[in-house]
Amino acid sequence: MIETILNNLALILGTTLMYSTPLIYTSLGGVLSENSGVINIGLEGMMVIGAFIGAAIGYYVGNPWIAFIGAGIAGGLFGLLHAFACVTFGANQVVSGIAINFLGAGIALFLSRMFFEGATMTKSIPLDNKMPRPLNGVFPDGSFLNIIFDNQYATVYLAFFMVLLIWFFMYKTKYGLRLRSVGEHPTAADTLGINVMRIRYFAVIMSGVFAGFGGAAMSLAIVSNFRPTLISGHGFIALAAMIFGKWKPQGALLACLLFGGAQGLAVFLGQFDFEISSQLISMLPYVITIVVLIGFVGKSAAPSADGIPYEKESKY
Amino acid sequence: MKLTLKELRKKLYIFATEKTIGFTLISIFLGLVVGAIFLAAAGFNPFQAYGIILRGIFSKPSYISYTIVRATPLILTGLSIAFAFKTGLFNIGAEGQYIIGAVVATAAGYFLHLPLLIHIPVVIISAVLAAGIWGGLAGYFKAKFGVHEVISTIMLNWIALYFQNFLIYTKGFQKPGGETSHSIQPTANMMILKTWKQSEAGREWLLQHPFWKDLLRTPMNWGFLIAVLMAVLVWFILNKTALGYRLRAVGFNKFAAEYGGINVNKNMIISMFIAGGLAGLAGALQVVGVSHKVTLIAAMEGYGFDGIAVALIANSSALGCILAGLLFGALKYGGAKIQPFMQAPSEVINIVIGSIVFFIAIPKLIKVILTRKNKKGGIK
Repeated sequence: MIETILNNLALILGTTLMYSTPLIYTSLGGVLSENSGVINIGLEGMMVIGAFIGAAIGYYVGNPWIAFIGAGIAGGLFGLLHAFACVTFGANQVVSGIAINFLGAGIALFLSRMFFEGATMTKSIPLDNKMPRPLNGVFPDGSFLNIIFDNQYATVYLAFFMVLLIWFFMYKTKYGLRLRSVGEHPTAADTLGINVMRIRYFAVIMSGVFAGFGGAAMSLAIVSNFRPTLISGHGFIALAAMIFGKWKPQGALLACLLFGGAQGLAVFLGQFDFEISSQLISMLPYVITIVVLIGFVGKSAAPSADGIPYEKESKY
Repeated sequence: MKLTLKELRKKLYIFATEKTIGFTLISIFLGLVVGAIFLAAAGFNPFQAYGIILRGIFSKPSYISYTIVRATPLILTGLSIAFAFKTGLFNIGAEGQYIIGAVVATAAGYFLHLPLLIHIPVVIISAVLAAGIWGGLAGYFKAKFGVHEVISTIMLNWIALYFQNFLIYTKGFQKPGGETSHSIQPTANMMILKTWKQSEAGREWLLQHPFWKDLLRTPMNWGFLIAVLMAVLVWFILNKTALGYRLRAVGFNKFAAEYGGINVNKNMIISMFIAGGLAGLAGALQVVGVSHKVTLIAAMEGYGFDGIAVALIANSSALGCILAGLLFGALKYGGAKIQPFMQAPSEVINIVIGSIVFFIAIPKLIKVILTRKNKKGGIK
C-alpha cells in the first residue's frame, strides 16, 4: 500500500520536473528582462524559434549541446531585436513583444519549410542524439528515486542550476544590483554612472537566450522534433509564472513547479478510468493557478520602471 | 502640380510622423517589404508572390467574399482587445472568450427549437452574455483580488479550451462517431439565402448569373455587417457616453479617476465584460454563419492572438479595427495561396504581420530614418 503511494508520488514528481523545465528557463528570461525595466511579452515567440533551431541543429549536427546553444543564440537574436526597439527606440514594449511572437512563429515555420522539404514539422532526432539522461540507470530499478530521475534529461538539472545562478547574479553581485536598480529607478542609476542602455540590452538579450533554451528543452528533450503546436502558449504561461513569482527567480521557479505539479497530477489522474472526463482533469493546472493567485498570493508589484522606456534626455 | 524632391520628402515626413494613418500605412508598406526580403532570400520572386496574393483576394467575387468571412471574427476580437486597451486593460483572453461564445452558440443553436427570426438573436445574445461573464471574471479577479488580468486571462483561455472539448465529448452534444458537436438547427443558421441557394428555382437562377453564383458559393453571412455595426457601437460608447468617459478615464489614469469619484473596480469589471462579449460575438457569428458546430481542438486557434495584432495595427481605434481586420483577413486568405501556386511558405504572412506590428511599435525609427534623409536634403 505504502509502496504504491510512494510509486505514484514519484511518478507525479517526475512528470512535474519534466513539465516545469521549459517553463523555468523561459520565466528566468522574463525575470531578467523585466527586472531591468523591459516588459517581455515576446517570450512565446522566442521559445518557438528556440524550439525550432534546437530541433533543426539537433537533426543536422547531431550534438544536443550545440543545438541547445544554437537555440539560445537564436532566442538571443530575437532578444536583440526586442532590445533594439524597446531600449534604443523607446518602443511600446507590449507591442514590440507581440510583434516578436508573430515573427518568431512565422520565421520558425518559414525556415522549417525551407530546410525540411516544405514540412512545418522537423524530422525526428535519433534517440542517441537527444539530451543525455545523466541519472539513467543510476538508482535501482523501480525504486522511488529511480522513478523520479531515471528519465529526466540533463536540461532538467541545468534549469535548477540556472535558477541558482540567476539568483546569485541578481542578489549577490554588483551587476545584479545594477540590473535591478535600472529597473527600479533608471534616472537615479544613470546619475550614479550606470549605463542604463547597456544593462537593458544585456538583460533583454539574455531573456531571449533563456527563452530559446526553454524552447529547446522542449524540442530536444521532452519530444524530439519541432512542430507548429509544440509551443502553444508555454511562453505565456512562463510569463504568468514570472508575474506569479513576483518577478523573482526563486518565485518563478516555485510558480513553474506548481504549474508543472498540477500538470503532473492531471497526467496521473488521467490514467485511471474515472467518471470524470480527462478534459476536465486537463483544466486542473489552470484552475489551481487561478485559485492559488486568488487565495494566497495577493497583489504583486512589478519593478517600478517596468515598461517605461528610458531616455537620457529628451532628444526630440 | 509639380513637386520637387525636397518638397516630396517634407510632405512624406509630415504624413508619416504627424498623422496616425500615414504612419500606419508606412508600417504596412515596410512590413510587406520585410516579407519580400524573406521571400527573395529563400529564392522566390516576391512580386510573383504578392501578385498571387492580390489575385487570390480580388480576382473573383467568391475570393472577396471569403476574405470578408475570414476578416469578420478578427474585426471583433480586435475590437475586444482595442476596447480593453482603451480602458487600460490587456485582454489576452479574447481567445478563450471566443471559444466560450462559439460553444454556447452551438449549444443554444442545437438544443433550442425556436422560430427562425427569434432563434438567431437568442443564440447570439446567450453566447455574448456567457463570453461577457467569462471576460468579466478576469475583471472581477483583478478588482477583488488584485490578480493580474494577463495571468488570469491566459489561464481562462485554457480552461475554456478544455471546457469546449469536454462538452464535445458529452453525450447528447457529441455527434456520434465524430470529434465534433452536432450542427445547429437550420433556424439558427445565418448564411445568406441558404435554403434558396439549394432550391430548384435558386439553382436555376444562379446558373444564369455566374457572378452571383460564384459569390454565393461562399459561406457569406450577415456577420460582417454585425461586426461593422459593433465597431460603430464601440466607438459611440467610448466617445459619446458617460460610461465610455469613465472607462477611458480609468484607462488613462486609474488614480486620477478614483480621485474624481469613479468606481475603478466596477469599471474594470464592466470593461472586461464588454470586451469578453465582443470576442464571444466573434465566436457566435462564426458558428451561426460559417462552421455551424464546434470541433475538438488541441491548441489555440489564434483568433484572440490575431485580434491583438488587429487592435495594434488599428491603434486601438474602433473603426480602424474594421480596416485592420480586413487587411489581416485578406493577407491570411490570400497568403495561403502562395503555397500551392509557387511552393513558397505561406507563413511569410506571419512575418509580414509581425513586421507591421514591429514597425508600429517604434514610431521613432521611421522618424529617424526620414529625418536623416531630410537632413541630407537640407530640410530641418
